[in-house]
Amino acid sequence: MIRSKLFWMVPLSLTLGLLGCGGGQPPAEQSGGAAAPSATPAAAPAAPIDPATAATITGKVAFDGTAPARPRIRMDAVPACTQRSSEAALVEEAIVNDNKTLRNVFVYVKEGLGDRSFPPPAEEVVLDQQGCVYHPHVLGLIAGQKLRIKNGDPTNHNIHPMPAQNREWNTSMPPGAADLIQEFPRAEVMIPVKCNVHPWMKAYVGVLRHPFFAITGADGSFEIKGLPPGSYTIEAWHEKYGTQQMQVTVGEKESKQVDFTVKG
Amino acid sequence: MNSSGVSRALHHYAILTAGATLLLLMAGALVVGYEAGLAVPDWPLSYGTWMPPLVGGILYEHGHRMIAGTVGVLTTALVIWLWWKEPRRWVKALGLVAWVAVVAQAILGGLTVLYRLPVPVVIAHGCLAQTFFCLVLSLALVTSPAWERAAQAAEEPPAPDFWHLAAAATAALFIQLALGAALRHKALGLGPHWVWAGVAGFLVGWVCYRAVTELAVQDGLRKLARWLGGILALQVALGVASYAFRAVTQGIHEPQTSVVLITSAHLATGALLLGCSLLVTLLAYRRVAAAGKVASFAGDPQRTFA
Repeated sequence: MIRSKLFWMVPLSLTLGLLGCGGGQPPAEQSGGAAAPSATPAAAPAAPIDPATAATITGKVAFDGTAPARPRIRMDAVPACTQRSSEAALVEEAIVNDNKTLRNVFVYVKEGLGDRSFPPPAEEVVLDQQGCVYHPHVLGLIAGQKLRIKNGDPTNHNIHPMPAQNREWNTSMPPGAADLIQEFPRAEVMIPVKCNVHPWMKAYVGVLRHPFFAITGADGSFEIKGLPPGSYTIEAWHEKYGTQQMQVTVGEKESKQVDFTVKG
Repeated sequence: MNSSGVSRALHHYAILTAGATLLLLMAGALVVGYEAGLAVPDWPLSYGTWMPPLVGGILYEHGHRMIAGTVGVLTTALVIWLWWKEPRRWVKALGLVAWVAVVAQAILGGLTVLYRLPVPVVIAHGCLAQTFFCLVLSLALVTSPAWERAAQAAEEPPAPDFWHLAAAATAALFIQLALGAALRHKALGLGPHWVWAGVAGFLVGWVCYRAVTELAVQDGLRKLARWLGGILALQVALGVASYAFRAVTQGIHEPQTSVVLITSAHLATGALLLGCSLLVTLLAYRRVAAAGKVASFAGDPQRTFA
């Protein structure tokens, strides 16, 4: 009798406990709800942009505060990551330029273009893996534009974007593998990309329905050209310092400066 | 070899399997800690082979798979041994449950990779790992001489409600480990894990207190309960250290070895705590039942479930 009780007691209690903890919400991926921007061109395209009247928005992203330290990425355990470069790779999460501006800020037109649609250009955007670091760290694409991913390292990588509006995928790239061509059909700012083999490798991809974006470089400036005259919401995104928005109105052939300041 | 020799060897083999399972739990914790869960994007093979280059996160993910494979083989052999030599049918059945659990665990592990870490599946994978560890530990216990001694009721049995308390502590620990898994995989915040740590800690502490104050000094159950108290203290210290190290290293991009090791030790000690509490529960039940003092939940101390 005792035996039979024990027989049921052990597995039953553990199984009940297991059932109790395994529940929860369904996987939160690829929601793709109605609110998600679609890559499908709008049904009624707006008037084409006249290059003769196009406006330009320029500016810079200033950094106010003490520049954060950039620790060395410790990848010594993987010689394949360090053998091709004698320079130590530094964390790219926040890079303050010498002129007190911020690098790797994705600046783009968030609102104001209405239902204009822009077909993806044939030109590919390249994301390279060199020294177990993504180059570039931040990049922009038009929805449907080809993204060419290269592996220049003598080691395995895997490319793992983690989007909220697009399909998630995780593809391995052994050394010498052929380039990987991918695209994101839906607009999404921003899509984190990581390598699970080398957890320090991170990049961010901004996918838009239009080409009006720029990424700040070594001087912290940006330029968005070819805009039709109008009023726009310009957003600046940074992986550590979040987002800021500014309103700007540009007339025909006008060039306006929009400067952001990020507090450190 | 006589039957006693076979039984002893079987018991030792079950302990070996339980030890390998604890190692597997730690390897799994390292995979999570080093964010290497998807370092190998395919399953059941790794990069299409049995042995990919063990670099970066692949070392942890594929290492976890290799240890898991070893535990699977050990468990299969254990179950075959049980069905071959073990006379008790319920022990054979328990072994079969353990085998089904390890197979299910392998499938859940595969699903975590193929479906890119869906949170419910990952948490279920963590919970089933603890469940499987408990099953193997139970097999090690019921094949041990201590299990037979407990049936002989050579020592004064604990009060009938002692095993109820121990069972409640074990259940609370299991819930706490599930909350920990939910925390690690970001399904829940730290709050539930902290709050429930108080509940589980109180119950385990109460078990220890009652064992120490009510059982004879030479009683094996009392000694086991003292171990339980020691593991609880270690687990609380590791939990606090894990939180502190995380707070200090917050904002650092790459996984920090100090945090990963402490968190993995916290997980493994949690499994040990759960396992030890389960052993106390089962032994207490065995002795109470042998003495004919199994209390029903209706409150009659003389009634048994029989």
